Amino acid sequence: MSRRSNIFYGIDWILVLFYFVLIFLGWLNIYSATHVEGNTLLINFSSEYGKQLIWIGLSIPIIFFILLFEAKFYEKFASIIYLLSLLALVGLFIFGKNINGATSWYDLGGFSIQPSEFVKAATALAISKLISDKQYNLNKLSAQLQTFIVLILPAILITLQPDPGSALVYFAFIFVLYREGLPAYYISIGFIALLLFVTTLLVGYKYAVIGVISLFIITIIYFFIYRRKDLKRGWPKIVISFLISTLFILSVDFVYNHVFEQRHRDRFNILLGKTTDIKSIGYNTNQSVTTIASGGFTGRGFLEGERTQGDFVPEQQTDYIFTTVGEEWGFIGSTLVIILFLLFIIRIINRAEKQKSKFSRVYGYSVATIFLTHVTINIGMVLGLLPTIGIPLPFFSYGGSALWGFTFLLFIFIKLDANKINEW
Amino acid sequence: MKRAALIYLLVIVVGITFISRLFYLQILDNKYNIPTLNNSAVKVTYEYPERGYIYDRNGVLLVANQLSYDIMVIPQEVKALDTTEFCTLIKITKDDFIKRLNRAKRYSLRIPSTFLTQLSKEDYAYLQEKMYKYKGFYIQKRSLREYPINSSPNILGYISEVNESMIKKNPYYQLGELIGTAGVEKTYEEVLRGRKGVKYTHRNRFNKEIGPYKNGKYDTLPIPGSDLKLTIDIELQQYGEALMKNKRGGIVAIEPATGEILALVSSPTYNPNLMVGRKRSKNFTKLYLDYDSKPLLDRGLQAQYPPGSPFKIISALIGLQEGVINTHTSIKCLGGYRYGKNKDAFMKCHCDTYGYVQLNKAIYRSCNSYFANAYRKVIEKYPTPAEGMNVWSKHVKSFGLGDYLDNDLSVGKKGLIPDGNFYNKWYPNTNWKATYSISNAIGQGEVLTTPIQLANMTAAVANRGFYFTPHIVKSIEGGKINPKFTTPKYTTIDKKYFEPVVEGLFNVFEHPRGTASWSKVKGIEICGKTGTSENPHGQDHSIFIAFAPKDNPKIAIAVFVENGYWGSRWAGPIASLMIEKYINGGTNRPWEEKRILNGSLQEEYDKQLKEQKH
Repeated sequence: MSRRSNIFYGIDWILVLFYFVLIFLGWLNIYSATHVEGNTLLINFSSEYGKQLIWIGLSIPIIFFILLFEAKFYEKFASIIYLLSLLALVGLFIFGKNINGATSWYDLGGFSIQPSEFVKAATALAISKLISDKQYNLNKLSAQLQTFIVLILPAILITLQPDPGSALVYFAFIFVLYREGLPAYYISIGFIALLLFVTTLLVGYKYAVIGVISLFIITIIYFFIYRRKDLKRGWPKIVISFLISTLFILSVDFVYNHVFEQRHRDRFNILLGKTTDIKSIGYNTNQSVTTIASGGFTGRGFLEGERTQGDFVPEQQTDYIFTTVGEEWGFIGSTLVIILFLLFIIRIINRAEKQKSKFSRVYGYSVATIFLTHVTINIGMVLGLLPTIGIPLPFFSYGGSALWGFTFLLFIFIKLDANKINEW
Repeated sequence: MKRAALIYLLVIVVGITFISRLFYLQILDNKYNIPTLNNSAVKVTYEYPERGYIYDRNGVLLVANQLSYDIMVIPQEVKALDTTEFCTLIKITKDDFIKRLNRAKRYSLRIPSTFLTQLSKEDYAYLQEKMYKYKGFYIQKRSLREYPINSSPNILGYISEVNESMIKKNPYYQLGELIGTAGVEKTYEEVLRGRKGVKYTHRNRFNKEIGPYKNGKYDTLPIPGSDLKLTIDIELQQYGEALMKNKRGGIVAIEPATGEILALVSSPTYNPNLMVGRKRSKNFTKLYLDYDSKPLLDRGLQAQYPPGSPFKIISALIGLQEGVINTHTSIKCLGGYRYGKNKDAFMKCHCDTYGYVQLNKAIYRSCNSYFANAYRKVIEKYPTPAEGMNVWSKHVKSFGLGDYLDNDLSVGKKGLIPDGNFYNKWYPNTNWKATYSISNAIGQGEVLTTPIQLANMTAAVANRGFYFTPHIVKSIEGGKINPKFTTPKYTTIDKKYFEPVVEGLFNVFEHPRGTASWSKVKGIEICGKTGTSENPHGQDHSIFIAFAPKDNPKIAIAVFVENGYWGSRWAGPIASLMIEKYINGGTNRPWEEKRILNGSLQEEYDKQLKEQKH
């Protein structure tokens, strides 16, 4: 059999194995969360675990389909795929179906499909294409701006659905850009902004400003004593950065109190421990944390989690699927799942680093970053570490679109990776 | 490649954060791991076993059970309801309804608590049909106490609802459950109670029950309570209550050979059925607030008084044991005992001797001078009065005086037996001497005892030197009584010294000039001692101790009548009638019995109450 005719040639079986193990574990937990006593048929359209099994089955032909194309195809058609996906997002405003207050679905007669799950892969392709261009230089402002537009367009369209949680993923691309040469201060600025944001919410803007001013005075004194020369040249920078910080704190306070709606504020307040109402707003978080905690060290066992079986956690099979893992498989199982995810992501990064083509490398990085963002936000929320942001846990959460979206994302990389030595 | 480090770092940070959080939640933080009760997924229901019955020593039923119906509420399941109709059905006001519901809410939203206790059978019948309308409320069957014989509430005690502080102390109980709070109901709570059964039901978040939790793996069946057989002879007990009618005081009768309490009368008494049912708390308050006659005070166990002359028995025994007197020692009594130069240092004596007195006569004539002398000799035998006092105190305490008896009765008092240290504190800067506490010799002074202690002391004398801790339970169904009740406790007095003292006690009845000679009973050899306890607040208290027969005694008894003048007026006859009743089954002195049964000290009490008010 020639290299070209074998679509499995050169693919990384370890990643494929990770994929199937995660999907299998995910399905077991969906089964536990949604099965009803008496219904023994595994494949059926009346239950969610049955449907998920069908989506999983259908992802096999999708994988064949992805692998069937030449690796080159994805690079060549990246822009077109990206534009088509944007079009799909725009189309939602006309043809979309509203579920749970968000117009995020197309109704395809019987089942719905959520385009935003596929746009992630499309955007990753577009970014890779853009960055791998020989003319592209991330130190230039024009290149930075171009990149920003590619990322912000899908983010805006998704936020307008409204599904702000899913839009968050696009901010994670900053780590990809950093890897490819984006100046480090962008990351630092982002980090400092986040720090100031949380501090302001926690202690109030007055104390935050006082803190910043005292930090400013200490910095000036430090430079004055030890690096007087630098101070002479650099004082405007120091003054400006502290002025901007102060301004940022004040604007955070303003946005938080006057732009955010109460439900947004509530989510932050619960997380920061400022509110402890477990009945209404904090219900989900409280239920999910309690459910995980009740698993203990070894867990209650498969199908034995009383809170899972009693349907205590809302949306347990979708965004809160990790609570099932927590309750039924305990600390051991949950830790294992987290480690599996992280090894899976590390494997992707390792493969990405080995790519000769810049396109493949950037794409691989994007895939790793997207998975990492999903895992971090989803499990972080379920564990009560992050505010309630509804995005799925890859391969675990119930839903065909998400599963197929992640399948596309991953297997396009597997295809690119398979061709790393195959110069075309 | 250097820049790739950031993403690896992120992956590791996320991993460590998540795993530590899981470790905290699932392993460290126990707050979430308290199983089932705080878990809304599991509903807990209890099945209450029947509380054990209580019988007297001859198998007469004293305490039984009747069914009662409580309304329970699970606040979070209560839906809008027709409160007016509901309140009418269970006969409470709307305000009361709100108050009760709020109380339950404060306790717990999820755990059932008692909304209303002890519905009558009629109310229950009406309510039962409509119960389906009141979501969140349900009826719980429970058993209440029933007392076929109106007697001995002080012994039996009662059960009442647990309060929140009890629940904190003992997690077995839930709000609204019943617990023995007095008498044997309290001391034998766990025996009588048995163990409630627990049923766990699995529910979903709509509180719909979806089957037994873990297939009933954790469910338990109720274990029924055990029956108790008391040491009380209910016939004797009732007779004692009748004799004590319209008098305040207590009777304690003990079987010397076993320490079993045959009768424990406290007067005034009340009907134990008052402590049952919905009127319980009203009745209880009424009894509790009766500060004048204090019916809830168990005078047999809790009344502390100077024992008076019966204590002379102890003085005599210590004197003999310490060798400071013997049966022939003669002491001169000229109507009293002068123990100092001071004019006031004189203890009066009513033995009418005006001459020399020996032990036997000293006892049956109750000669103060004789025992004061003996007491003084004991204290002065030792280098310092404090040492003498300590020896004396040790002897006295070996009769079970001056401390709790450590038995199975729910209340008690220590009494007081002073020692050297006591007087060192009392007279801090003085060289105190035996004469300072000379009144102790005749049971006045600082000495305090309770009737049960006196009865036990009498039993020790009857046994010639040992006693069994007086106890109230004879046997437990399927169990054993505490072995400490069947182990004899020896006094520090040699057996040989008891005989002459017992002879003296015998003469109290037998000798024509004995202080209780006219309470003498034909055919029964009774030994006893009259007593008069000086009372600064009014008439003296009448005291009597006795045991019979003289050899192989069957009963030892202490009787105490508040403001009953002197010992032979009330306490002596009562003691002899009790002994007759127990040994012969009845008296052959109907005139005496009639006098006591109809005798009342109420006038005396009213007079005192008036004086107090002025």
